[in-house]
Amino acid sequence: MSEFFHMGGYALYVWLSYAVAAVILIANIVIPKLQHKRMLKTLTKKMLRAEQLK
Amino acid sequence: MMKFIHKTASPPYFYQLSGRWIPWLAGITVLLLLAGLYGGLIVAPTDYQQGESYRIIFIHVPAAWMSLFVYIAMAVAGAIGLIWRIKLAESVAVCSAPIGAGFTLLALITGSMWGKPMWGAWWVWDARLTSELLLLFLYFGVMSLYAAIADKRVASRAVALLALVGVVNIPVIHYSVEWWNTLHQGPTIAKFDKPSIDLRMLIPLLIMATAFKFYYVWALLLRVRVELLERERNTQWVKLLLKQLKG
Repeated sequence: MSEFFHMGGYALYVWLSYAVAAVILIANIVIPKLQHKRMLKTLTKKMLRAEQLK
Repeated sequence: MMKFIHKTASPPYFYQLSGRWIPWLAGITVLLLLAGLYGGLIVAPTDYQQGESYRIIFIHVPAAWMSLFVYIAMAVAGAIGLIWRIKLAESVAVCSAPIGAGFTLLALITGSMWGKPMWGAWWVWDARLTSELLLLFLYFGVMSLYAAIADKRVASRAVALLALVGVVNIPVIHYSVEWWNTLHQGPTIAKFDKPSIDLRMLIPLLIMATAFKFYYVWALLLRVRVELLERERNTQWVKLLLKQLKG
């Protein structure tokens, strides 16, 4: 098992590559999800305000 | 046929449809990624020249392929938006840029992680690397141009033109290792005779590449939905949707 993590002496390069991949791939999923939530919230607020003015 | 396209591409219909696709795309992507990682990190044998360092290939090569694939998809969607003024195509083009930039960045970073132990340098101004860096700047250009123009219909057209001009860079990247004498290795897989790679390496590589394709569609739909909501915020269907969500 430790041999697996050691990666024949290239552990730093190999695992850093996979870590960077994880960060970039997850960011491109999480960011639009947060934006979606925020967008729905802002639009709902705006709609409610517009209705109150009527 | 055109009727079908217009119906599917109409923002309210597509917003609903894509909402149903997303969980499936997420599930398929995760399963393929797990299979690809298992094959690449555990099953695949050690490379006789590069030792274990070559395992970066399972991220690096699919990311580099996707950096080109997403660019072409963006340019094609941009062209469709320019010609037929389909809003969905405009959104697809614009929303592809940050995902493509992510893949390009990933290809560049993993490339330098691989270059350091193998070539002894994090970076060289070699034709393949330089043209890929130019691709990253093209993506950034598309993103900032779109952000800079307030009218999103006008911005979409500007972005589509920029994306189309940048297409010339794609064959340059692809053939750079053949046209110039580069430090980057030549193609191992995309060539006409038999690929010069062990099947136990090739299969996980292709699984990862497929996983990245599904990932792209998944990430793209997430972004397109936000974009559609923003662009259509004053329309009836968005108001109806908000009322439904409020319950």
